[in-house]
This record gives sequence, C-alpha cells and structure tokens, in this order.
Amino acid sequence: MCGVMAASDLLTLTPAGLYCPSGDFHIDPLRPVPRALITHGHSDHARAGHGQVLATAQTLGIMALRYGPDFAGAMQAIAYGERVKMGDVGVSFHPAGHVLGSAQILIEAQRCRLVISGDYKRAADPTCAAFEVVPCDVFITEATFGLPVFRHPPLAQEVEKLIRSCQLFPDRAHLVGAYSLGKAQRVMALLRQCGWDRPIYIHGAMEKITRFYQEQGIDLGDVRKVAAADRPNLAGEIIICPPSATQDIWARKFPDPVVAFASGWMRIRARARQGGVQLPLVISDHADWDDLCTTVEESGCTEVWVTHGAEDALVHWATQKGLRARPLHMMGYGDEGEDEPVSEGAA
Amino acid sequence: MNRFAALLDRLAYEPSRNNKRRLLVDYFRTTDDPDRGYALAAMTGSLKFAHAKPALIRSLIAERIDPVLFAMSYDYVGDLSETVALLWPAPDLAHRPNTAPQLSTIVETLHETPKSGLLQQIALWLDALDETGRWALLKLITGALRIGVSARLAKTTLASLGNIDPQEVEEVWHGLRPPYLDLFAWVEGREPRPISDDPAPFRAPMLAHALETAQFETLQAGDFTAEWKWDGIRVQAVSGTGRDGAHVTRLYSRTGEDMSHSFPDMIEALQAFDDVTIDGELLVVRDGRVQPFSVLQQRLNRKTVSAKLIQDFPLHIRAYDLLADQGEDLRPLPFVERRARLEALFARIKPRQFDLSPIISFGTWDELTQARADPALAGAGPDADAIEGVMLKRKDSIYVPGRPTGPWWKWKRDPFNVDAVLMYAQRGHGRRSSFYSDFTFGVWRATAQGDELVPVGKAYFGFTDEELAQLDRWVRNHTLNRFGPVREVTANAGEGLVLEIAFEGLNRSARHKSGVAMRFPRIARIRWDKPARDADRIENLEALLRG
Ligand SMILES: [Zn+2]
Ligand SMILES: [Zn+2]
Repeated sequence: MCGVMAASDLLTLTPAGLYCPSGDFHIDPLRPVPRALITHGHSDHARAGHGQVLATAQTLGIMALRYGPDFAGAMQAIAYGERVKMGDVGVSFHPAGHVLGSAQILIEAQRCRLVISGDYKRAADPTCAAFEVVPCDVFITEATFGLPVFRHPPLAQEVEKLIRSCQLFPDRAHLVGAYSLGKAQRVMALLRQCGWDRPIYIHGAMEKITRFYQEQGIDLGDVRKVAAADRPNLAGEIIICPPSATQDIWARKFPDPVVAFASGWMRIRARARQGGVQLPLVISDHADWDDLCTTVEESGCTEVWVTHGAEDALVHWATQKGLRARPLHMMGYGDEGEDEPVSEGAA
Repeated sequence: MNRFAALLDRLAYEPSRNNKRRLLVDYFRTTDDPDRGYALAAMTGSLKFAHAKPALIRSLIAERIDPVLFAMSYDYVGDLSETVALLWPAPDLAHRPNTAPQLSTIVETLHETPKSGLLQQIALWLDALDETGRWALLKLITGALRIGVSARLAKTTLASLGNIDPQEVEEVWHGLRPPYLDLFAWVEGREPRPISDDPAPFRAPMLAHALETAQFETLQAGDFTAEWKWDGIRVQAVSGTGRDGAHVTRLYSRTGEDMSHSFPDMIEALQAFDDVTIDGELLVVRDGRVQPFSVLQQRLNRKTVSAKLIQDFPLHIRAYDLLADQGEDLRPLPFVERRARLEALFARIKPRQFDLSPIISFGTWDELTQARADPALAGAGPDADAIEGVMLKRKDSIYVPGRPTGPWWKWKRDPFNVDAVLMYAQRGHGRRSSFYSDFTFGVWRATAQGDELVPVGKAYFGFTDEELAQLDRWVRNHTLNRFGPVREVTANAGEGLVLEIAFEGLNRSARHKSGVAMRFPRIARIRWDKPARDADRIENLEALLRG
C-alpha cells in the first residue's frame, strides 16, 4: 500500500495529461511529448507526433492506419502481461476489453501498484481480448457511464431488436450508427452470433479499420462496402456507418431508412430523441455503473481516482465504501467513441 | 407487459404515422386477448383507475438507493419514471420472478387494489420487469403515458386489421369496454359487428386546421360561413331514449369523456331535448354576457358541485352544429342544412341555457379580417372578451370525424407580445432533459428601492433546436445561483437577456406575485440586441387586462 504522497508523486496531472516523473512518460497525452504510453487507438487517447510510443502491436497498427506509418519518432510494441522497466518503475499492459488492442496500464513502483484503466468494459466482445482485473493499490478508472442509471442490458436483446426490425420492415434499410473503431466491428460480430447471415454493408469511412480487424483474424463474415449505386436497393439490409452519416445527405438515398444507433447513451430516451434515432441500441464499449463498482472492488485498491466522465457519483460511492476517492478533472478526452454524449448541445 | 412496453418504446421514436400503424398491426396480430385489448385501452386513454402520485414512486426508490446518487441521476435524466426505471435494483436474471406480469394482470389488479396495497404490488412488478417494462409501468400508473399515438390512429389500425371502414370502428367504439374482446373478434371476422346499445352515444367530433393568412388566396369567401371562435370548452350534448323508455342525457368532452356528473345543471337543461346530438361550446354566461375562460376555469375540475357553485357560475352551451335529430344521423348533410335543422330545433324547443352560435356576416376576406380584429364592433358586443378568433366552415361540408384538411378552419386572433427579461431557467424533460429549456421571465416594476423584475410567466417552446442550444449556453454562462434543476441567471438593468414573448391572453391571478397569468406564452424571438433595461413594464401588461 502506498500513501497519498507516494501515489500522487508517482503520477501527476500535467497540461499534457497524466505524467509519471519516475519513469518520465505520459499516458494518452493530449499533445506531443517525448515518451507516450497509449492505452488504445481511439483518437482522443492516441494522438500523432510523440517522440516514442509504447503500446500494444494492435494499437500501433491502428495508429499507423490512421496517421500514417510515421506517426511517432519511434514505436515499441508490448504484449499483454509483458513487463518493461522505465526509469525507476516497471510498466505492463493488460487487456481492457474496450476495443482491439486496448489495454490498462500497470505501473509498479516500490511498495505501490497503480493501474490506469484507460477505457474499458467487461461485457462480452468477440472482437477483442477480455478485460482482466489487475490487483492494485491505486486504481485510476474511467467513468464515462459513471451514474447508476447506466446499466447496459443483455447484448442479445439489443441485437435481436435490430434483427426483428429488419423482419418487420423488410422494405426499409436499417442504418446503424456506430463508432468506426471497435463498436462497428463488435456490432457485426454480435449480429453473426445472433444468426444474421446476410451480407453486412459498411460505410466507406470504416472500410480500412474493418479490414484491419479481419486481417487480425476476427471473423465478421461477408462485409461489403456500400457502393453509391447500391443504396436504393438495400431494403431490409443492415448498413453500419459512422453516427454522423445517419444524418447526412448520404443516408437519404436508402429506402425509408430506420436510423439505429449503437451506444451506451441510448439508455437515456432524451438522448436518443435528440439524435433523431428511431431504434436506439444500448450497446456500449464502456463499463456500466455496476461494472465500474465491481471493478473498483475487485481491484482491491484503497484509493480510486476517477476520470473521464461522470466523476462525482463514483467518487461518492467509493467514499461511502471507505475508499479514498478523488475526481481527476481531466479535459480533452471524448473526441471519439462514446466518451462524449451524442448531443450534449453547446454544453 | 414487457412486449407492450417494447411497443411503446418503439412507437415513441417512430415519427411516421404509417410506420407507427405497422408497428401496431404487428402487435395486435401477435398478442393474445385480453392483453392487446388492454393495450388498446391504455393507448386510447380508456383505462380508468386512480393514478399513483409521483411521491409514491419517489418513496419506492428512496428505500432502495442512496439519496445522493438518486439526486444526481434524476438531475441527469430529468424524468422521474425513467430515472426510477433505470435505477431500480431488480434482482439479476437468475433471481427474477420467472414470468413478467401480463398487462392484463396489471390493469385488473390496479382496478381492484386499494391504494394502501399498491406500494408493495408495484415493487413486485418492478422486480419482475426489464427496464423498458418498468418505464412503461411507471408511466402507466402515474397516468403519464404519452406515446405519440392518437386514439384515432389506434382505431384506424384496428379497422385495417379487418379491412373495415375506420368510421365503423368509431361508431361502435363508445359502446364498448376494455379489453374489447368483441371488437377484436369482429375486426378479425370471427363475430358480427358489436351492437352499441348506448342510447346517448358519443360521436367523434370534427376538428379544424389552423389557418395561415396566406391561405386565403386559395379559398373563396363565398364558399364559407364564419362564426366566432369561443374561448370555452368544446362539448357534445346528447339526449336519447333507452330501450326501457328512460330519457338519457349526457355531456361529453371533445375526447369522448363523459362529464355529466360535473355539470348537473347543464344536464337538467338538456332534458328539454329528445334524441339529439348537439355540438357546441360550454361557457359561463352571467347577465347575458359570456365570461372569459378564466371564469369558466373556476367551475371546472371541482370535486363537488355545490348549489352555490352552480349559481355563481351559470353554464350555457352555445350550439354550432346538430349531428343527430330524432334518431336521424345528420352528419352526411352539408353544413348549411344541418345549421337550418339546428335553428328549427331551437325555434321549436326554445331551450334555456342554450343558444345559437351567431353567424358573422361578411362578403369578402377583408371584411372578415376586420371582424376578427374587432369582434365587438362586428356584432359580438360585450361578448368580445370571450372570443379568440373566428371559425370558417365550408357551406357544403359534411361532418367528418377527425381533422380533415379543407372544410373547416380556425383563424385565431393575433397573439399579444411583450419583451421580458429571462430570470430563471430549468432543465427540460424528455427530449430536452440535457438542456435548460423552461424559461421564467419577468418585466420591470417600480418599487421604493427602484425598478425590479417581477416574474410574469414561463415558456417552454417557440424556439428552434439551434436557438435552444444558444439559450442553454447563455444560461450556463450567466448562472448566478443553482437550486436543484433550476438556475437563476443574471438579470438586471445592465445585463440580461430579453425574450420577446407571444401569448394568447392575460388573466388576473392571485397566485402569481405579478397579479397576472399568461395563457400559452411562448418565445417569439430572442432579442440578443435589446438591453434588459428596455424590456416592458408591468403597466404594459396590466393595460391588457380586461373585464
Ligand atoms: Zn476509447
Ligand atoms: Zn476515452
């Protein structure tokens, strides 16, 4: 166990993000730094222009796909469970279950184990390695869905909703808004698990990343890019596209589209309505409230730092449980993926 | 219940009427009796049980969740039923009661269970339902089931199950009761049309579309008659004779709710008629003068109707249409013929507490425009205060239930306008729960300490989504204080946001600090340009108070 001083010496909050002085590295920095450890490939966590980058091979692959092969001065791949020494601390990456290649980062110093969760989830995902609990003294957890109203329903139920709608409305195209990295591929894999064996169509913007998943050995079945001329003929089919595309002119060419959106935010009716969604699918790549609480407990930590979302509720809960808890008011995350509510408006 | 809930959930997001109908057809086809009948009743507002109060829902959740977490959640979600549905710590799937309650079980139990037993029963149901089921249950028991399906659509859908004219469903509807086994049997061709033996049935009313001034170009003045649009409540007064020869009289609301018990004096006056259905406006008339709506309001929604109340608020029906006379259905006749029958009927009976809605004479649209601008001068005299515009009816229009486009138009008086200063903003509900979208505004009033703002109303709409986002941002950037979901914003002579408020009328109100209450206020414009000190004063509003 480490004291407050020790933990906050080990990891400090700087304008660029979390920084470990003893190892001289940043984690998911917001601006270019000499040495960066990257938890996963979402653009708010993985940015270009760092000196050296340490991440899983898959995360490095995703970054190269997005920013080109020279996205950093030097890259080093690290396997899950592998331990490297950086300055005075040991560092290892562990599966976070968020998207392909996503990791939690464990920092081990003298008498102190500190885990940065990155984004994570514990629900089933056939497209990435499953989350592992990493015992620690200080747990720095995300809290994207850190309110007890967020309890994700069984996945099969949500996917069935979509399939059932295709059966009920065979004359309408079903456009499923899903974030390009991770969510889109997960929805495809879940559809396959639920027996959907028709081709799945995708928007051109997610083709590269989807092919990357397939090259990594993830079976998504017959996935086809939507050609412009095809659009009027896709009645009864499922088309996966970036969320913004459902409100685009692009979407108008489909026959009477049913607009679906796969996101944890769809749990809140007002959010679904604000986004003009007709078929909200509560499918999230983040831990829900119950999983956030369970994970804090299972980590065995004595201290929780909460970041990246609704911090107050989780801090309140942890304090009630007798843990030391504090919010980390970090800005700048949430530009991609579910970290940002669909339309928080101008707020 | 979970299936019904899933239907409601899907309906709420589906904007297209046709697609709603398809969802309903699918539900009615694949759901058994009596559940589907109760579903139909829930959607058409035909279930009658005492609604649970929000306080009951709060007490249920208070036993189960930390108050701080509840407050944060409610603040975030904005809707009580939804918050509780999401927060409810239901046993996990393995420990949940293995069958979720049927809608029919819930409805029947709600009818039978005394209030004292309700709390425990609801908790048991909530345990057994999924999130959507819990949401729908809470909406149902609090009487807040608003799902974007009109009773008309539900009935049309039902008709389409069996290729029956929706009109026919409408006709039999009021003689039938949930769970409508006979109705489903009929539309599915298993049994003959149910016989409605109600001697005083409700007939679905014909409604008018709002008229935009520009539409005059397409309309011929000579095709229409005009009447005043009275600011009362639309009613249907029906008298009939039962099989046993008894005289039955009823007063229905526009939606078919039987309101007879609230208006015994009107029911008594209706005794003068045999077998008629009169369409008209319920008003309070004192000394021959129609009172404004605010007076009528004091007569409505009273639990007990005392002799004094009846005396102080003498009711009156101003009749404008006759739908049936001596058992003859007049609805297929053109308006002018029905009107002639109505006039003949009144000439014969000379009923007390009833009179004819006067016809406004006009030759051109310009003349009608003038009449609308000044009803007092155009024949309405002192009744002008209770007029909120004019009604246009095509002379050849047959009486069609619902809101057909073309035959009838309502042309409301222009709204009033006032420039007010935004004082408080509250988070909205439903679609707007993440936005500050309920705005309280005030006008200037002189006090011994100088001018101060006095709140005069609250507006929830009138702005575009984009303007809502701007208002929300302004509120967040100008917050002085927070009280739960409410924020007090900067509002003084030097700094404040001016809103141009449009409203339909003004009543005196003892409940409001300002002494006035607005009717249908909405934001007409955001006056980003106007300094707060130049907003209107309470005297401007007081000048509008009449009568
Ligand atoms: Zn992420
Ligand atoms: Zn994130």
